[in-house]
Amino acid sequence: MSATALPLAIRDLSKSFGGRKALDGVTLDLAPGETLGLLGPNGAGKTTLVRSVAGRVVPDGGSLSILGLSPAEDAARAVRGWVPQEIALYPLLSAKENLWTFGRYQGLAGEALEAGIRKSLDWIGLSDRAEDKTDKLSGGMKRRLNIAAGTIHAPRVLLLDEPTVGVDPQSRERIYAMIGELKGGGVSLLYTTHYMEEAERLCDRIAIIDNGRIIALGTTEELIRRTVGAKQALTIDTASPIPAEFKERLASAGASVDGDRIQASVEDPAAQIRQLLGMLHDEHVGVRDLTLKSATLEQVFLQLTGRELRE
Amino acid sequence: MILAVAWSRLMNLRRDRAAFVLAFVLPVAFFSIFAGIFAGSGRSTTRKVDLVVVDEDQSPGSQRFVAGLQAEAGLSVALKPSDKNAEEHPAGPLYTAATAEQAVRRGDVAVALVIPKGFGERPLAFGPGKERIALRLLSDSSDPIAPQIVFGLVQKVAMTAMPASLARTGMDEVDRWSGGLTPEQKERMETMLGALDRESAPTRANPAATPSGEKSGGLGGGIVAVDVRDIVGEKKRNPTVTFYAAGLGVMFLLFSATGAGGALIEEAESGTLDRILATRVSMTRLLLGKLVYLAGVGIVQLLLMFTWGALLFGIELFTPQHFPGFLIMTVATAIAASTFGLMLASVCRSRMQLVAVANLSILVMSALGGSLYPRFLMPAGMQKFGLVTINAWALDGFQKIFWRDEPLWTLWPQVLVLTGLGVLFFLIARRVARRWEFA
Repeated sequence: MSATALPLAIRDLSKSFGGRKALDGVTLDLAPGETLGLLGPNGAGKTTLVRSVAGRVVPDGGSLSILGLSPAEDAARAVRGWVPQEIALYPLLSAKENLWTFGRYQGLAGEALEAGIRKSLDWIGLSDRAEDKTDKLSGGMKRRLNIAAGTIHAPRVLLLDEPTVGVDPQSRERIYAMIGELKGGGVSLLYTTHYMEEAERLCDRIAIIDNGRIIALGTTEELIRRTVGAKQALTIDTASPIPAEFKERLASAGASVDGDRIQASVEDPAAQIRQLLGMLHDEHVGVRDLTLKSATLEQVFLQLTGRELRE
Repeated sequence: MILAVAWSRLMNLRRDRAAFVLAFVLPVAFFSIFAGIFAGSGRSTTRKVDLVVVDEDQSPGSQRFVAGLQAEAGLSVALKPSDKNAEEHPAGPLYTAATAEQAVRRGDVAVALVIPKGFGERPLAFGPGKERIALRLLSDSSDPIAPQIVFGLVQKVAMTAMPASLARTGMDEVDRWSGGLTPEQKERMETMLGALDRESAPTRANPAATPSGEKSGGLGGGIVAVDVRDIVGEKKRNPTVTFYAAGLGVMFLLFSATGAGGALIEEAESGTLDRILATRVSMTRLLLGKLVYLAGVGIVQLLLMFTWGALLFGIELFTPQHFPGFLIMTVATAIAASTFGLMLASVCRSRMQLVAVANLSILVMSALGGSLYPRFLMPAGMQKFGLVTINAWALDGFQKIFWRDEPLWTLWPQVLVLTGLGVLFFLIARRVARRWEFA
């Protein structure tokens, strides 16, 4: 293990399943202590990439190292943690027994194991439910235990695969706090999610993957600036349908029309709104609603992939 | 609407291969096996009894009697070891009383008949006790039917193959107790008996004409005296229970091993297997861990079964003679059954598929291997075919311990085969499990 090696260094990684390219030359770095969000529509290659880092998929080409180690090496297994999207626990074992089992699987023993279990139970707030069978715990508790089972051995690089899926808002906040503690402890995180606000809130950088390629990489602000720019989204809903010849004039002013909805990206909101409202007034078209929104990651994603994130 | 419900269930059944196998293939397979066992593969309605015959008399009368036995369709008579196994003993000597007894003790045959000196002269059982010459029937009590069949056929053959001897003995008794026959009467009798000897030269009996359900009325009756001695299992308190403890124990061991082995499929489906394999646990370690667990549970299962049998049904388990052999066989059987379960779990794609394949294979193995019906009562071909199963090797080993009281070292073929199967099944499971290892 090299002292200067990156927590995660991926170079030109490729993998095909039956002729379909799941990864097509992915290059990605994870810096020490960084949280890198991985976003992509379903089937984009997120899972294959995460499973490659977890050592569960053998790439066809390219290279992948965890702190300078090959993912399949025992030393890499010791420094890597993986929290899968599924609740991958033994339902009939208690919370404590699950932690004991996965701690042993990670090579912990004796006092180190006992200390790891105590610390984990305390961290996830389940010390008083330690002896309860896992299938009797609530969904949020199971999610937290799922995270603890992947982190009991104090990994330096952690893969979190949609850790808040199906969790109520209160439990989600608790998980955010846990992730904050991991970040505070210097753990490098590769984080996949379908929730934009989660990615914006937790991640230092975002990588957008589509068709097996990284199509955008940077901070949220960088991505917005590079794709949507500084423009804001203007939406005007009219009270009556817009005549066809008027649509052409609106289009020449940079707006698109769909039924009774006008949409436009505006750089100078005050001037452009005044211009559009003036045109509507002249044509005697009433305005029912008007909204102006700053660009979001969602728009970046939509613009880059042509799909909603949840598709 | 009712038909729609039925139609949707039918479509479901057509597409659910596991349910399909359980509904249609398993019953037919099972029926075929039992039909084979009971019908002797369709060639005969009753099984042949293997019988070793030792003719110590070697008189014309006893030879006619032996020939009569050989002509019986219900018996397969061996006079020397080469009759049973021509390859091992191409031209071996005739059986003696001692080697015949050994053959029964080893389990080669269930019954041996010793014809003592003087039998040809006085085959009849009636008359003063001193002159009574009884045949000696050595039997293995694990097969309670064979001695009965042999006893009945001995009476029949005595009547049909050596009527002259019987009549001569009868006339001697009349001569002795009626005050004596005249020389003319004796001469006419001799002439008639000579003709009877010639007429009664043995021919292969027509199987169809052989009375298959002939009752002897118990081994104590009959015109020819037969002393029956159980030389195997004669001192056993409850021998049948031992057989069923082993038979059912091994069958349920296989069921529980495949059931527990199915946890592997559940782990794969739930994502736990993926997670485990991302830790420091390799697939080989995982399978070995599961093997230790399955074999441990199997050992406890058999121990419990036999302890229960010892406490309630008098199985002689906790004796210095039996317990070490029991432990050895239990460990070997548990390893074979556990690895079999792991192999099936690795091969099957879903829990449902595992249930179907396990039920089919275990019930078939149990039927063929003697868990449900003793192998020694099956036709010879079926007995040999049964050796493809774990059950047959395990039961043979347990029988050696509890039935034949054989020394530990004689268990080596069973231990070797069962552990060998264990290694083979484990290697197959490890090979097939590669599909879960990496994508």
